[in-house]
Amino acid sequence: MAALVVLLLALACTGGLYAAFAPASKAQADETAQSLAIDEGKKLFSVGCASCHGTGGQGTSDGPSLVGVGSAAVDFQVGTGRMPAQQPGAQVPRKKVVYTQAEIDQLAAYISSLGAGPSVPTKAQYGPEGADIAKGGELFRTNCAQCHNFTGKGGALTHGKFAPDLEGVDPKHIYEAMQTGPQNMPSFPDTTLSEQNKKDIIAYLHAVNGDDTESPGGLELGGLGPVSEGLFAWIFGLGALIAVAVWVAARTAKAKKS
Amino acid sequence: MSTNDTTATRRGKAPAGERVADWADGRLGIYSLAKTNMRKIFPDHWSFMLGEVCLYSFIIIILTGVYLTLFFHPSMNEVEYHGSYIPLQGQMMSEAFNSTMHISFDVRGGLLIRQIHHWAALIFLAGMFVHMMRVFFTGAFRKPREVNWLFGFLLLVLGMFTGFTGYSLPDDLLSGTGVRFMEGAILSVPIVGTYLSMFLFGGEFPGGDFVARFYSIHILLLPGIMLGLLVGHLILVFYHKHTQFAGPGRTNNNVVGMPLLPVYMAKAGGFFFLVFGVIAAIAAIASINPIWAMGPYRPDMVSTGAQPDWYMGFSEGLIRVMPGWEINLWGHTLVLGVFIPLVIFPLVLVAIAVYPFVEAWVTGDRREHHILDRPRNAPTRTAFGAAWVSWYFVLMIGGGNDLWATHFHLSINAITWFVRVGFFVVPVLVFIATKRMCLGLQRRDKDKVLHGRESGIIKRLPHGEFIEVHEPLSQDALHTLTAHEQYKPLEIGPTTDDNGVERKVKGSEKLRAKLSEAYFGEESQIAKPTVEEYKEITSGHGHH
Repeated sequence: MAALVVLLLALACTGGLYAAFAPASKAQADETAQSLAIDEGKKLFSVGCASCHGTGGQGTSDGPSLVGVGSAAVDFQVGTGRMPAQQPGAQVPRKKVVYTQAEIDQLAAYISSLGAGPSVPTKAQYGPEGADIAKGGELFRTNCAQCHNFTGKGGALTHGKFAPDLEGVDPKHIYEAMQTGPQNMPSFPDTTLSEQNKKDIIAYLHAVNGDDTESPGGLELGGLGPVSEGLFAWIFGLGALIAVAVWVAARTAKAKKS
Repeated sequence: MSTNDTTATRRGKAPAGERVADWADGRLGIYSLAKTNMRKIFPDHWSFMLGEVCLYSFIIIILTGVYLTLFFHPSMNEVEYHGSYIPLQGQMMSEAFNSTMHISFDVRGGLLIRQIHHWAALIFLAGMFVHMMRVFFTGAFRKPREVNWLFGFLLLVLGMFTGFTGYSLPDDLLSGTGVRFMEGAILSVPIVGTYLSMFLFGGEFPGGDFVARFYSIHILLLPGIMLGLLVGHLILVFYHKHTQFAGPGRTNNNVVGMPLLPVYMAKAGGFFFLVFGVIAAIAAIASINPIWAMGPYRPDMVSTGAQPDWYMGFSEGLIRVMPGWEINLWGHTLVLGVFIPLVIFPLVLVAIAVYPFVEAWVTGDRREHHILDRPRNAPTRTAFGAAWVSWYFVLMIGGGNDLWATHFHLSINAITWFVRVGFFVVPVLVFIATKRMCLGLQRRDKDKVLHGRESGIIKRLPHGEFIEVHEPLSQDALHTLTAHEQYKPLEIGPTTDDNGVERKVKGSEKLRAKLSEAYFGEESQIAKPTVEEYKEITSGHGHH
């Protein structure tokens, strides 16, 4: 009998202690904006992403795990229209964005709740204030030009993959790409390229491949270097000269026929 | 000088022009020179002006190049940039790059002159290429013009290297990569490669010397040789007289056309300004080699899309598609992946350069030829030329494989494999196809000669049959279509003499007979209509 009493007491004690110290259950959690966003994000995720990335973002054979990629990766991939992917292929290209920025933020909140990762940068981090354009150019040529070309016009990678043209890309997305290394791109975390470095690179790109970039020499011909120049020289240079030669040859001094 | 005396007595003094001419004639002998050359006849055809395009663009390059030398500093000393271009402010760069930036942004007219210089160079090389193809496909390289063919070929090769050294001078990231490419090619040469590279760059790459050295080569050595060759080329054109296409009144012993003075002087002078105008307009419209976008060269940097100017594109292709083979023996590396392209590079060029001599050997023809062939009437030559051009083009695709990949959404690996296979296969296919086309065109010519031109008029005969009316060609057209001569394939002859003793037939002789058969056998040319055939067919009207 005593043993039974002791057992019940012990059970009551542990139960009471548990009830006293256990964390509040999710069901009746605080309704902060953050948790709401996560909830909404999870819903969006289940509909739009889970078929490839798994119901909990753990990844499947069709898509990588999203645990620990951070909100920056989500904001980049979904914000540039790359995700949701349209079809499998060498690389998922930039396309029309299907989610609103608010939905993207909710998805980002959900994904970042799965594990710690780089978060979406603030305007102060990628804005042009205090950036050194020339330094950015040097960094770009050292780290980025081998795939993206001198001024970010893009280039080819193996097996149909490619480094895209950076013209017209939102500075925030450039920052996030450097931070997270999407698809075939290596990542450049702050330990490799500091926040200031990233700011410089973005400012350089804006200067040489932005909407208001001037080309002092005239038509840029794609900014691709000698291949497009050679094509232009052949077609418009030599083409025009041959046309002129034909014109001159056709207008000769002819002996008068009487 | 009785005429002088009479003019002096009649009007006091001769006109100023005459006196100047007299003065010059007494010292330079211009009268006899002018007498022989002023009335020199040149035939008229637009394709004969391609060489002029080259000559004029060469002059434009020299003129603009002189202006550039006034401001360019061929030095690799490091300086900090403080010019007008903001995105390079404070960057360290060589004086060569700095002065090119200075020319581009701070010298009056500097950028325009730089762009004219560079565009003219691209057009000069393209012009030489097309000019050479014109000479090739019309058989203008035949005796007596073989030496001039070689002069022209050397001009093309020297033009390529002059272009390459010029492209390297600004010391920007693109050209530096090109120089590095060249250094790699030199290093791949077995045994002496390292020494050659050390000698050329004055030590380890990039060193502090190459810009100054390339500068001397670019502005003095190569253009000097080219100028000499050019003068020789033109003297030979005068000496040989210009070739002409076949036509009524045109024979191997005359030239039908217009005199140099005044017609061709006026035309050539005007054409020079037209060429200058077109090149200047292009330079004013389109940017070329924007070094500010590429930045200064540093050996630890590289960009994608690093290609040479177009005329070196085929060498880039050779390197890009070559598998990276290498052999390691006793601590030494033989980099076949680079060395084999380096060996093929001159062979591609030599293949076209030696062709005239091969053809002369096969035909055994020692006569002079001043009448041009229509390409269809020399099917094997035309097919060879087309095959060579396709070979060159396939390599150019290899050289730009990354841009083909990005712009046509292809896999760069697939393009590389296409070029690897195409390097061997495409010329063969093009050869066969071109030859078939030439033969087809020959058949068409024959048909036209014998049956006349298809008039497109359908006639219904009384008994109900429909026929197309063929219009007979004019006598001139008949002549032009049948003026070419056709070789007979070479025969070795009996291998035994009258007494049944076997004659020794050299291997080269057998090869020559085989090639001759391939050139002029029944499979390789359509016998042109004979007078008898023509008479037989034209006499019986209505029978087709």
